[in-house]
Amino acid sequence: MDRVLFTKEMRSEYTILLPNMLPVHFKIIEKIFRIYGYNAVLLENTGNAVISAGLKYVHNDACYPVQLIVGQFLDALASGEYDTHKVALLLTQTGGGCRASNYIPVLRKALKDAGMEYIPVISLNASGLEANPGFKVTLPMLKRSAYACIYGDLLMSLKNQCLPYEAVKGTTEEKVGKWTEILCSELAKKHLDKKRLKNMYGEIAADFESIERVKKIIPKVGIVGEIFVKFSPLGNNDIEKFLLSEDSEPVMPGLINFMIYFLANGIIDNELYAQKPVYAKVCKLAINFINKRTSQVAKAVRENSSFVPPEPLTDIEKLTQGYIGTGVKMGEGWLLVAEISELLHSGVNNVVCVQPFGCLPNHIVAKGVMKNMMQNNPGANIVAIDYDPGMTKVNQENRLRLMLSCARENLKENVKI
Amino acid sequence: MVYSNVGIDIGSTTAKLVITRDGQVLFNKYVRHLARTKEKTLQLLKEAYPIVKDTAVRVMISGSAGLGLSSSAKIPYIQEVFATGELVKSLSPDTDVVIELGGEDAKIIFFKGALDERMNGSCAGGTGAFIDQMASLMDVTPDELDELSLKADQIYPIASRCGVFAKTDIQPLINQGARKEDIAASIYQAVVNQTVAGLARGRRIEGKIMFLGGPLYYNKGLRMRFTESLGLDEDHAQFPEYARYSVALGAAFCAEKESRTENIEDIIARLEKAEGIAVQSDLLPPLFASENDYEEFKKRHSKADVQRADIRSYNGNAYLGIDCGSTTTKLALIGENGELLYTYYASNKGNPVSVVKEQLINIRQMCQDVNIAACASTGYGEELVKNAFRLDFGLVETSAHLKAAKHFDPDVEFLIDIGGQDIKCFKIKDGAIDNIMLNEACSSGCGSFLETFAHTMNMSIEEFSRIGLFSKAPVNLGSRCTVFMNSSVKQAQKNGATVEDISAGLSCSVINNALYKVIRINNPDQLGRHIVVQGGTFNNDAVLRSFEMQTGRNVTRPSIAGIMGAYGAALYAKEKRKSESSSLLSLQELCDFFHTVKSARCAGCENRCMVTVNSFSDNRKFVSGNRCEKIFNSGKGRQNDYPNVYAEKRKYLSSLEDSDTSKRAVGIPLGLNIYELAPFWHGFFNTLNMRVITGGYADLVSYSAGQLSIPSDTACYPAKLMHGQITKLIHEKPDFIFYPCMTWNIDEKAASNCYNCPLVAYYPEVIKGNMDELAGTPFLYPYIDINNEKQLESVLFKTLRPHVPDLTKKTVKSALKNAFSEYRRYKESIFEKGKAAVEFANENDLPIMVLAGRPYHVDPLINHGIDELAIRLGFAVISEDVAARMARMPSVSVLDQWTYHSRMYASASFVNQTPRAQLVQLVSFGCGLDAITTDEIRDILASGGKLYTQLKIDEISNLGAVTIRLRSLVSALEDRGEK
Repeated sequence: MDRVLFTKEMRSEYTILLPNMLPVHFKIIEKIFRIYGYNAVLLENTGNAVISAGLKYVHNDACYPVQLIVGQFLDALASGEYDTHKVALLLTQTGGGCRASNYIPVLRKALKDAGMEYIPVISLNASGLEANPGFKVTLPMLKRSAYACIYGDLLMSLKNQCLPYEAVKGTTEEKVGKWTEILCSELAKKHLDKKRLKNMYGEIAADFESIERVKKIIPKVGIVGEIFVKFSPLGNNDIEKFLLSEDSEPVMPGLINFMIYFLANGIIDNELYAQKPVYAKVCKLAINFINKRTSQVAKAVRENSSFVPPEPLTDIEKLTQGYIGTGVKMGEGWLLVAEISELLHSGVNNVVCVQPFGCLPNHIVAKGVMKNMMQNNPGANIVAIDYDPGMTKVNQENRLRLMLSCARENLKENVKI
Repeated sequence: MVYSNVGIDIGSTTAKLVITRDGQVLFNKYVRHLARTKEKTLQLLKEAYPIVKDTAVRVMISGSAGLGLSSSAKIPYIQEVFATGELVKSLSPDTDVVIELGGEDAKIIFFKGALDERMNGSCAGGTGAFIDQMASLMDVTPDELDELSLKADQIYPIASRCGVFAKTDIQPLINQGARKEDIAASIYQAVVNQTVAGLARGRRIEGKIMFLGGPLYYNKGLRMRFTESLGLDEDHAQFPEYARYSVALGAAFCAEKESRTENIEDIIARLEKAEGIAVQSDLLPPLFASENDYEEFKKRHSKADVQRADIRSYNGNAYLGIDCGSTTTKLALIGENGELLYTYYASNKGNPVSVVKEQLINIRQMCQDVNIAACASTGYGEELVKNAFRLDFGLVETSAHLKAAKHFDPDVEFLIDIGGQDIKCFKIKDGAIDNIMLNEACSSGCGSFLETFAHTMNMSIEEFSRIGLFSKAPVNLGSRCTVFMNSSVKQAQKNGATVEDISAGLSCSVINNALYKVIRINNPDQLGRHIVVQGGTFNNDAVLRSFEMQTGRNVTRPSIAGIMGAYGAALYAKEKRKSESSSLLSLQELCDFFHTVKSARCAGCENRCMVTVNSFSDNRKFVSGNRCEKIFNSGKGRQNDYPNVYAEKRKYLSSLEDSDTSKRAVGIPLGLNIYELAPFWHGFFNTLNMRVITGGYADLVSYSAGQLSIPSDTACYPAKLMHGQITKLIHEKPDFIFYPCMTWNIDEKAASNCYNCPLVAYYPEVIKGNMDELAGTPFLYPYIDINNEKQLESVLFKTLRPHVPDLTKKTVKSALKNAFSEYRRYKESIFEKGKAAVEFANENDLPIMVLAGRPYHVDPLINHGIDELAIRLGFAVISEDVAARMARMPSVSVLDQWTYHSRMYASASFVNQTPRAQLVQLVSFGCGLDAITTDEIRDILASGGKLYTQLKIDEISNLGAVTIRLRSLVSALEDRGEK
């Protein structure tokens, strides 16, 4: 099938719709796209209409994320808000062995069935899968996106550390909004003010520190899982909100980990199979770029506040050892294991592992490693929750409540000691 | 001051109340709450009032449906598994494991080591509701089911993962006349298997086990199955008195510790005031806005009727059709002009033969002046009934339905039939079946689901669906399988939906399922303009209306929607009539007719099929349950020796076993990708002078031995079988087991990449991480890239050196060379067989079936003998890899980067360019990647004007649904003149 290209001419006239995967991060990414001359719009539509559109246009055995993503696009296109002849859709594509690499063909098929096959779909990928004359990710864009991830992670982490404790409701969200604005304008500058960007880590931490908070000991709950279901409230029935309403603190390992995972696989493939040595070197450089900044973040947070900084994933080998080989690179692969290990090491013993029902890689990396994880970490309280259009909130929440009951009991015992 | 503790447990079906004081249980009672949780809780509290009225009380609510009430009445809530855990910890601290089965939940708590509390995930298989459903399927009460189970002689394998699967296994057993006693015990065994496989997930259930919950308290047979399966003695299997109200007792126990003290009057007052929480469920538009609309609707549908005649005054020839369906038996007797003389529709009460006998006697008696000229049967029980009563013909049910539908609308373009357990739809093009869609094993949420649900509401199905007609706000319950719907219903009830709203919502769900899950339309135009709906479920006006609303089409519902199969069979009999009178048993023979059922094992081959022998009064026998026709019922099925590439592959693989036990041995588990790579590794290790043990094909005994260590019960069956295969290898005591991780498959240069699926690629990690049995046997699972010889050499050398004495790089190099050449020899040999098969088909004018699956689908346990079935139906069978080599890779619209997929796409091309070839795709249930391939293969075939048939396969061991599909394919080909 010939695909519809996103041409140079379209660049000025077309609106590019982005699916909403991470509310905080993608807001900044949307801005970056705009800076580079793309008229990007982050979709905000949610609810049952999105799910029904997904069910209607996607094979029902396909995974939940693609149903939601396609559902969100098709629902938005049907809303009348956009001129369907002046709109393009953007989606990430990993190119891995997981079926997720087929989201784009699935989206195209849905467009065809809906009679809108003329809408160009842009693949955002690092595997060189599909090129478009009117769309190019440049190095400065990548750099800015990396910053967006780092800052997004920081804001998300501080937000979760404040929300359950804030004395005046709304103060935390206000700070998140404020800093998102500032960041966007900072990243909009033609030449990045590196010094300012570096100083901002501490300023943000200090500003959040100033939020008046109530002292209380409540369970911390780590959230790991399939990337879309993990981050998107649409995909996980707003699990963060639920955990907050149950008086616990969500701990969400950041998006930057996925970048590290992706880059580290370049290095691991080289080690295991002696593949692409040059690419491996590039990956190493990129990881260094990120690590330098994440350790700056960690340092700044420690110096300027009492918060726990988002931990950079550094020792992959150590985190995964005894559980899984680092050659497992489909879906979330070894990253999922590393994140759970990291959470357990940092004292977050309660972990929710979220995944779409029937997620293939998670048979291996989530359910497959649980036994050893529990055995080696006696205090671990891990629950796996499946998401799909038929799953009800009641059942999901009941399981979360069971996890929280155990968490509170453990907390009581620890406090006694 | 005297203190009382009140524990309330509101579960999915019942409300329970327990009152304790000073460690004594003073009151305990339960009622079915029928979704009226508040009223029933109050009723219980008021009943207990005299006991607590002058005391201070502490209250706690628990249970999956109790949360809403807890928050609106401000009574503290405790999660039910947690409550149980607290209780057992204090009452019997030496307990190791708690197993609790409830209405829709199954829970397990491990105390020893790390405390681990688990609940059933998304699947409600193996719970009380499941047992109830199975009892009603067998037309007995749950108590009777228990009684029956105690008299069992043998256990049949019944899929345990989900109620729907189990039903698919049980139904044929009932229809084939297996003993009810044995089925009852088998149902319980399925519950046990589900608990062990689904909940324990790799953790062993051992030590002192406490069994809790209603089903385990009341059902002696279930207890027996548990203690026997887990190998427990009396000391280690505890069935305490409080088992049936343990959650409520746990809540009372926690209330004592944590709730504040108050007056019972205050609590009752708060409960009475408690409002249902604002309705948040997603709502659908009402089915009918007014009574008038309904009248109009009824008038419109009354037009699709058939001529009728009185059987008593009719004389001439008559034709009988019998549709022996999964849950109901239907009969239609028609006259020379298709007029209806007599009809019958009723539940087959688990014994279709006696129902049919009764009816036949009735008909013979009425037909003194009528000549019954021909009879035909169809449906699940087609063969049994045909043999029992000596009917003239049998036909596949899809053909029967099409015959009948054409009678009502000769231009019919689309036909959908929703029966008790199946959804069948087909498109009709130029008068022949073009595309058949059956509900796959998973979503049978059809008529019997509505019925079972009506029963739990204490209503007849008629009443239940009628009250839904005028619901103001039907609840949207989603479109997944019945189990999920149960939870959706629970949630809707919590949100205050009425029974009316739920009834209407369920009717809509059935249609949702059909449209989105089975037909998967997104535009009603795809269905055409002439739609005929039928099947018993469409007798239900709510279901019919919902279908019309959701498709935006007015459709034809024949007045005899429930008996269309029988009517079609009668029409068929009329058409095919070949003698003056039917061979049907005479009235006298019918009156003397009796039939007994016995089970036996066929000794014909190593399969040792469990067969059911039906003996009829005149010494005739009918045997069912056998996979092949070698031994029994000869003459019925065609026995032939058409070429079968699947069998050739199996033959080749069997020849790899090496008997020289003096050599060192390496275990290579025959499963997943090893099915294809076994010759490769055989060649490799032979060069190292080692003996290769594969363990042979998968079998149920080792599957259940390995089942304990399966961490994810939703993984595909071929992956799960790997655990059993490893167990087998361990028993053979090889020097080591070798099972490499392979991100990439062999690169056949057909696509942009050559990945394996995540399970095939990394299953060795799951084996390593979950099989404790491996301690003592070195397990080598290096990461290899088979397309990169250099890497292979160095990794294999590094991995094997500690385990293979005197290994040198040079030997590895030459071993690899032999490995590749043995692999090529294998592929070539199979390809030659394939070419010969095609030639044979050409010479003998046979149709060719390309069974397109993955290499592991050759395993007889995985494919359930489908290849042999195809041979019996008169096909020559070749595999996808063979077909792929005879055609070019088509251009595909999906991103294709998997080797196995590329082969399937290319094999579809082969089918397009070969007129006599058809493609049947084998899909293992839960295969996420095949969600992508199926649509693509369908499209490729459509571009060549070919039919697409998909068979979803899982643990289910009966071939019933598969047979229907393949026979429908054959009959569609006949209609299209292609066979």
